[in-house]
Amino acid sequence: MSDAKNRHYLRNDIILITSVIVLCIVAIFFFNATKKEGGRAVVVINGKETASYPLNINTEVRLENNGGYNILVIEDGFAFIKEASCPDKICVNNTKKKYNGETLVCLPNKITVKIVSDETSETDF
Amino acid sequence: MNTKKITMYGLFTALAMIMSLIEVLMPIPLPVPGIKVGFPNIIILFVLYRFGAKTAIAVSLVRVLLVSLLFGNFLGLAYSLAGAVLSLVVMILLKKTDLFSTLGVSVVGGIAHNAGQITVACILMSTSEISYYMPVLIITGTVAGIVVGIASHLLIKKAEKIGF
Repeated sequence: MSDAKNRHYLRNDIILITSVIVLCIVAIFFFNATKKEGGRAVVVINGKETASYPLNINTEVRLENNGGYNILVIEDGFAFIKEASCPDKICVNNTKKKYNGETLVCLPNKITVKIVSDETSETDF
Repeated sequence: MNTKKITMYGLFTALAMIMSLIEVLMPIPLPVPGIKVGFPNIIILFVLYRFGAKTAIAVSLVRVLLVSLLFGNFLGLAYSLAGAVLSLVVMILLKKTDLFSTLGVSVVGGIAHNAGQITVACILMSTSEISYYMPVLIITGTVAGIVVGIASHLLIKKAEKIGF
């Protein structure tokens, strides 16, 4: 392979990588700028909305599905998973959520908790 | 298919499986779940460049199947398969265009891998909310792709030199 061709490859690589990263940073900024504090934590099990809890009331609920469970805690306006039956504990180690559109996901138990705003009653699945 | 080929394919499948194992044993401590470097892709890229698309497809599919059988479960298989197939298809097509080096090909492969897994997650969970992770996963996929691309580039150059 000639050096000229190598340079030409490298230039394309660099253009590709920079444009991808710039695009993503813009997207992340856009997501962050548009996020609002949510009002409710909606529990979705197997793709169906099963329950909803306001974020301004502290609660602790046990969610069960597929023989597994997740314990959802709402505290000081934040929602998080305190305990789970799954082995990977990804949901437990996740950060506390309070913004509109943020989610807590437990793949093994097929349980999702998502934060939605109070004002709109959108249920767009 | 001659004996040498069979041995080669077996060898590279085993190597790719070892890479998967290393990845399982060495999780990256980051707040966003599901981030991997994609070590097996080093082997897949090497095979793609040295032996062609057909071999790369075979090695990749056998690796995903065996790794899922050994360490995973059925759900895991769906995720790995979606990621592996999408990234491989994209990498083969990109290699055909002859515009990028292994670096560019591997970066796009890494992104496609994450995109495939997110798509399966959206379908399985029947929710589109997880796509919020996508920009973050694209960036980590890019970084992982750069690492993998450099590693396989060095590997391909070494192999060329010794006439492998």
